[in-house]
Amino acid sequence: MNTHALILPILIPFVAALLQMAGQRPAFQRTVGLLAAVLLVLVTAWLTRLADDGVLRVYALGDWPAPFGIVLVVDRLAAGMTLLTAILAFAALLYASAGFDERGQHFHPLFQLQVVGLCGAFLTGDLFNLFVFFEVMLLASYTLLAHGGGLARTRAGISYVVLNLVGSALFLIALGLLYGTLGTLNLADLAHRLTLPGHDPALARLACALLVAVFVLKAGLLPLSFWLPHTYTAAGAPVAALFAIMTKVGIVALLRLQCVALAPALPDLLDRWLTTLALATVVFAGLGILAASRLRALGAWLVLLSAGTLLLTPAQASPRVDAAALFYLVQSTVATAAFFLLAGVIAEQRGAAGDHFRAGPPPAAWLKVAFLIAAITVAGLPPFSGFLGKLMLLSTLREAPAGTAIWVVLLTAGFIVMIALARDGCLLIWRNGTFAEATRPIAGGGRKAAATLLLVAGGPLLAVVARPLADYSARAAHQLHAPGGYVDAVLGRRPANLGDEVAR
Amino acid sequence: MEALLAIAVGVLSACGVFLILRARTFPILLGLTLLSYAVNLFLFASGRLQVGAPPLIRPGGTYTDPLPQALVLTAIVIGFGMTAYLAMLALRALSESGGDHVDAPEEPR
Repeated sequence: MNTHALILPILIPFVAALLQMAGQRPAFQRTVGLLAAVLLVLVTAWLTRLADDGVLRVYALGDWPAPFGIVLVVDRLAAGMTLLTAILAFAALLYASAGFDERGQHFHPLFQLQVVGLCGAFLTGDLFNLFVFFEVMLLASYTLLAHGGGLARTRAGISYVVLNLVGSALFLIALGLLYGTLGTLNLADLAHRLTLPGHDPALARLACALLVAVFVLKAGLLPLSFWLPHTYTAAGAPVAALFAIMTKVGIVALLRLQCVALAPALPDLLDRWLTTLALATVVFAGLGILAASRLRALGAWLVLLSAGTLLLTPAQASPRVDAAALFYLVQSTVATAAFFLLAGVIAEQRGAAGDHFRAGPPPAAWLKVAFLIAAITVAGLPPFSGFLGKLMLLSTLREAPAGTAIWVVLLTAGFIVMIALARDGCLLIWRNGTFAEATRPIAGGGRKAAATLLLVAGGPLLAVVARPLADYSARAAHQLHAPGGYVDAVLGRRPANLGDEVAR
Repeated sequence: MEALLAIAVGVLSACGVFLILRARTFPILLGLTLLSYAVNLFLFASGRLQVGAPPLIRPGGTYTDPLPQALVLTAIVIGFGMTAYLAMLALRALSESGGDHVDAPEEPR
């Protein structure tokens, strides 16, 4: 049972998508989707507990041994990321099933396929398989982005699709170069062969650099991040909440590539440029946060800010920094997703004024409190988890080569976020004296409120369980940085009698 | 053989990039198609070029690497689906905004 359980995070949403395509009735699709989401949360939570014993579990698809077949690798990082995906997917689906899913066709199967892509991208140990899961994720995201219609979504969709298609072309070129020079696409085998002589080092370096470029495109590093704000602004609230984890796919892939393959063989590939560009991304996001004219746009810029902050870490190649980064990743993903759901509910209550920062009918009291909590979390003020994440990251980054610059930029960005949120919060919540228009009720309010409050409560809750979560992040980072651990676990699984089979 | 293929890949990607930078949806679609042709040829060549050799290991015979062919097939299928979706999206944008420029004004005011 345990051996095959590793593929469940991919199978559960996939089977759900198939069922939903077979039975088209909305009520049936909702029930299947929500059941699958709950099941996924339970399974990934169990997997995370299982992975916490420190054993790197490898699942060979079709039982083909590692360098020849495709493997899924479950370690603490992969299991934890699937759990985060599952929780986010559950909240977003709960919100969407209050009516958003009926604004277009095929919302539910596409949503589940996006979860398939996300979980697969976190779990796979093969670079071509990573490409395939990226494409599954992207194809679903293209259609989810356009869900609900409207010119803004179509237009955002076009640039998003074109950019990602070019990114996919780059990904394939990198894979072709890697296969041509090293003769393998299995990440562990690749890391192993990179350290051996007998290949063209310049070509291998170029291929790895292209791969890094693709990952930072997904993550939204500065010269490649102009697509992000308007795409996330245009997406519907539950879709944007699920998208909050998509930039993290690029960051986690980069982190894994760096730790497994780059650190032993090409340790200087990320030096110099990545930290500088990440700082520039943080500055860019800070300016965007000041300029945002509506709550959704603010959320989009906050996603970029969190991506920029996280991209400071891979170049440091230190388990302590990565431990802090993983904690920051979890809390910032939940906080930004909460922001998108909040924006959706507030926009619905304020009617014509929407989520624009201008005078309008006041939102309900619970929304005001929820906004306050979410704002404090995302601005990194005590006592919630945003503060802890930022504190850990700052205290570990102090020893980095560019430590002073990082401190100045991150603290300034935090200050900017605080000012912007204070200003925008006042405009949204208090500037309403002259308005006669009444606050509108929320359609399907119970589910939307539950989903929003679930994610907003993430701020205080993650602060309460900060110690276990930070310890888990530290263990995950150490496992990630264990030299050769990944390679040995994946390649060492080869059965002893393999030589005989080949000889036969 | 190698030189010919390299030139073909180079010309295809140059034309593709030029067309993608045109900022109108139809040239972009063509450019992406050309770029994906170039990428597929490149991926195909990553297994080294062999003339007249099957992707099967036979006693005494030469063979060509089957893996890049499988990769190319996957890439072609995915690229085809993506291009079809982009074409639909471009048509929808054309009918909604009345233009094919990728940076047309947000809403008709």
